[in-house]
Amino acid sequence: MIAHSIFFYFFSTIAVISAIMLTVSKNTVHSVFFLILDFISISCLFIMIGAEFLGMIMLIVYVGAVAVLFLFVVMMLNVAEQKNEWFKATDSTSHIPVGFIISTIIFFELLFVVGGWKYKPNISNAISLEINDSMSNTHALGNIIYTDYIHLFQLSGMILLVAMIGAIVLTFRKREGVKKQSYFRQISREKEEGVQLIEVENNKGVKFDD
Amino acid sequence: MSDNIFIIFNEVYKILFLLIPVLVSVAMIVWLDRRVWAFVQKRRGPNVVGPFGLLQSLADALKYMFKEIIIPATANKVIFILAPIVTMTLALIAWAVIPFNNYFVLADINAGILYLFAISSLGVYGIIMGGWASNSKYPFLGAIRSAAQMVSYEVSIGVIIINVLLCVGSLNLGDIVLAQEKIWFVVPLFPMFVIFFISSLAETNRPPFDLPEAEAELVAGYQTEYSGMMYAMFWLGEYANILLMCAMGSILFLGGWLSPIDIFPFNLVPGPLWMIIKILLLFLLFSLVKAIVPRYRYDQLMRLGWKIFLPLSLIWVILTSSFLFYFDLLPVK
Repeated sequence: MIAHSIFFYFFSTIAVISAIMLTVSKNTVHSVFFLILDFISISCLFIMIGAEFLGMIMLIVYVGAVAVLFLFVVMMLNVAEQKNEWFKATDSTSHIPVGFIISTIIFFELLFVVGGWKYKPNISNAISLEINDSMSNTHALGNIIYTDYIHLFQLSGMILLVAMIGAIVLTFRKREGVKKQSYFRQISREKEEGVQLIEVENNKGVKFDD
Repeated sequence: MSDNIFIIFNEVYKILFLLIPVLVSVAMIVWLDRRVWAFVQKRRGPNVVGPFGLLQSLADALKYMFKEIIIPATANKVIFILAPIVTMTLALIAWAVIPFNNYFVLADINAGILYLFAISSLGVYGIIMGGWASNSKYPFLGAIRSAAQMVSYEVSIGVIIINVLLCVGSLNLGDIVLAQEKIWFVVPLFPMFVIFFISSLAETNRPPFDLPEAEAELVAGYQTEYSGMMYAMFWLGEYANILLMCAMGSILFLGGWLSPIDIFPFNLVPGPLWMIIKILLLFLLFSLVKAIVPRYRYDQLMRLGWKIFLPLSLIWVILTSSFLFYFDLLPVK
């Protein structure tokens, strides 16, 4: 039990500190690395309470895929220029009201959530679903998701699909004059259409059009 | 109190018992890789240091240790130093769940295969960090290439793992091996095995997919600015990852520690030995591919990952699940 609490405080301290550093650090790339550290320590906390499937999926999806793309975008930005614009320019005060409004909204939302929150010590009595201790985490989750909550599950999948298609449609543009390799055409080429024998006249040359 | 200390010592002993053989075998495997490569090209390969050149990797490691570590002046020092450490740590911690036998496994966790997949998807960070922190164009280009490549091929590896899991009904690596007692998954899922093998070549940046370190275009990719022990750590991590991929392939498709046929001379060989033999055979394939196949072009690599492997493995998921459903073979009722 002591080891358990030591590990809990270890991971939660790292999570909190890296969340603070994420907002405080001036280098954007460092912020993303702190975000990743935060994700990892939170997935460790998930694993510690026995939600191993959730923890692993969090590691795979957020750290392995989402954060990589995030890092990509941030690395492409020119951080040095951005710093000048944001922190040194005189008109940077125009950002303050917007930030203030957003932070007020979030503050009150959090206040409402925390105000209505009660700690329930025996959570397993309060939920309607049966908990089978002999079953592994993944089995239990699969049993619920694919039976009772199949519509919600399908709906969330649909939302993701729509988002994916939307992103592709927004960024897709047809470019003219791009030379592309067509593997089918390359393989199905015959000798007759590929090779041409031409009698070249002296001092005139040959003109090809391809 | 003494019980706790005993437990801690026991764990440390077990970890060392796993880690030291892995590190030694990584050194040996580098030698094997160079030897195979040389034999295919009718050269001798490293054959001077020790018998058959076996100690070549140790000599190399010694050389790296005494070389000066140069950190570029404009580099981001913390991340620059962190990158090889991350690579090597991730390559080593994944070995914790690899089972060599029914009981010969460091951590027998329920979500073992997810753990392996998660750790191998984290591997890309070492490369991105190294490439970005070097603050130089070739490492950065190499890192971007490598990240895109690894993320793309991970998707198809994930779908292939789903194929196997459909036949097993458990995420535990031991259960995956035991489910292959009647028939190895390489037989019913042979196309998936081929795709897994090619994807793992891309995932570990091996030739023909070694574009992140394509020396003709990018000097040495993300490793360009690294020297001495830090370079050696990248290198060790890379080969530990390759071995890990071979172990994953042998667990998912080649029946892990099980012997090919359960008759007299074969079932006397202990399980861990079978496992090692299978890992070595897969590694031999890895190094033969390196010697034989020329490097892919980058757009072809992306096309192969997204337009061929991903649809093919998705179709195979549908095929597998419908087959299992129709013949009522689903492992979980």
